Amino acid sequence: MISIYEPWPWYVSGPMIALVMFLLLMVGKNFGMSSNLRTLCTICGAGNTSDFFRFDWKTQKWNLVVILGAVIGGYIGAHFLSSDLAVVINPDTVKDLKGLGFESAGSAYLPSELFDRSALTNIKSLLTLSIGGLLVGFGARYAGGCTSGHAISGLSNLQLPSLIAVIGFFIGGLTMIHLIFPLIF
Amino acid sequence: MRTLIYLFIGILFGITMFKSEAASWFRIYEMFKFEAFHMYGIIGSALGVGLLVVQVIKRYKIKSFFGDAITFPPKEKSISRYLIGGIIFGLGWALAGACPGPMFTLVGAGYTPILVVIAASLLGTYLYGFLKDKLPH
Repeated sequence: MISIYEPWPWYVSGPMIALVMFLLLMVGKNFGMSSNLRTLCTICGAGNTSDFFRFDWKTQKWNLVVILGAVIGGYIGAHFLSSDLAVVINPDTVKDLKGLGFESAGSAYLPSELFDRSALTNIKSLLTLSIGGLLVGFGARYAGGCTSGHAISGLSNLQLPSLIAVIGFFIGGLTMIHLIFPLIF
Repeated sequence: MRTLIYLFIGILFGITMFKSEAASWFRIYEMFKFEAFHMYGIIGSALGVGLLVVQVIKRYKIKSFFGDAITFPPKEKSISRYLIGGIIFGLGWALAGACPGPMFTLVGAGYTPILVVIAASLLGTYLYGFLKDKLPH
């Protein structure tokens, strides 16, 4: 018997994501998280310098409520539904990450080198987080969607553009991990 | 009332992202190293069930809870924007270990530095809007 407090196996997690997409469809909305970043830019006044941000953000309020829920869900998941936060990854991956300097591999949810509060005063950690975030934001909007909008929603609707985007996600991810990581860590 | 429904769906999504470990930087790294089935199982089974859901909704013209028709906006045709944009996204996904949904989940889970990732992703989105007309689409 698997306890809810343990990490959920893939065959529970995947269908749960599909359930989220189904519920959004059933309330007349589409599952796509990165469009919130555009909405937030608009709220911050980005429409003053670019047409791309000139739209009525109130039509996207529902999606901001969804990410607010995602924040609350993260709190509940971490504080009430978990007994041990360590992510048990492949021992080979742990060894490999320790070689790159990620000592917390295998014993934490996120690498302490990047996500402990001390990372906020470490130039290399800050650069890693900022460049990563910058690429995610730029790439998601350029590709017209992220993992939720393309890999789940788009592919579920058999959209060829989404397949191209997902292939791109993997070319980018594999390049970063296999070619760029050995150079920067 | 509808706002509460969106909030509930978001909470369900957030809990799922956290408990599935899809919000863990380590899982993303492990996925790109092909050293575990976990992430592929998540995406694959979400897609399998998702495909079924979408096809059933389309075939039986199922209406939303509010009685409206359910629409699927088609994506505009292009190769370059999806491929180039996708590659840029993938580079960032692997580096920051978080995509735009889990980012917000991690705020709730209490990892303060994720705010740096979110701020930078807003800047990235802004830059795209600024450069949009100069980029190949």
